[in-house]
Amino acid sequence: MTARHPGRPPAYPDPDAHLLALLRAGDEQAFVLLVRRYRPSMLRLAAAYVPSRAVAEEVVQDAWLGFLRGLNRFEGRSSVRTWLFRILVNRARSARSKELRSTAVADLSATVDAARFDASGGWASPPQCWTDLVDDRLVAQQMADAVAVAMGDLPDRQRAVVTLRDVEGLSSQEVCSVLEITEANQRVLLHRGRSRLRQLLESQFGGA
Amino acid sequence: MQLHLPARRELVCQQVVELVTDYLEGALRPAARRRFERHLAGCEHCTEYLIQIKATIAVAGRITPEDLTAEMRAEFTELFRRWRDEDNDD
Repeated sequence: MTARHPGRPPAYPDPDAHLLALLRAGDEQAFVLLVRRYRPSMLRLAAAYVPSRAVAEEVVQDAWLGFLRGLNRFEGRSSVRTWLFRILVNRARSARSKELRSTAVADLSATVDAARFDASGGWASPPQCWTDLVDDRLVAQQMADAVAVAMGDLPDRQRAVVTLRDVEGLSSQEVCSVLEITEANQRVLLHRGRSRLRQLLESQFGGA
Repeated sequence: MQLHLPARRELVCQQVVELVTDYLEGALRPAARRRFERHLAGCEHCTEYLIQIKATIAVAGRITPEDLTAEMRAEFTELFRRWRDEDNDD
């Protein structure tokens, strides 16, 4: 893994740099594009902290306003989206209905059903194949839709980490900085979240 | 007897599936990484499992946001204008 330090510019070009320039010039179309792009992930993330969809919507609105108000101070030390997600998490946290950090990562139970292994720990019921199907664009879209729905059922912190890492493609360092969790916790949450989503895809599309 | 008691036992499938994320994150120590890879080399099911986890990550990356409704578009445009106006007041 490449070591990136929080506070330094990302090693890759920021995909939103162009929109940022337009926003600063007062282009409202650029803003709508950015909202369209990030609102779903922001909602998923906000839902990890607040009790209802309605409150999550409010937090997202509030975060966008905070984002706009901070535009002139933004120095590009992180990517636009990392900064945006950080604002969101701060707002969601101050809404303070649930506390994401307070629950310890204590759950170390197996992520794959123990019934699928034999007494010696080898596969008794091996994974059913489904990955070939992603070549079919239509099926790939159905899979993405199924995962999007299943994300809603993940435990809060798993959803937050998987959204940032796998849906948005942030680095592990960026995720840790946005959510204020350790690398080790991030890995545990990511592992549990991904395992569940894999199981879902296997159940729905495996063995065809 | 020593032949039957290797210093480091080989991993079994049930352990391998729990190490997949640490492996992909580059968080395994070199010795653990070698054991993991040694197991994969001889186990088609765990290899398939790793492929599926990677495919799951790829599928999650394909989630595309829906278009904003006309109502939301108007709402956010309004938010933007409000900000632009307050900005001009400074």
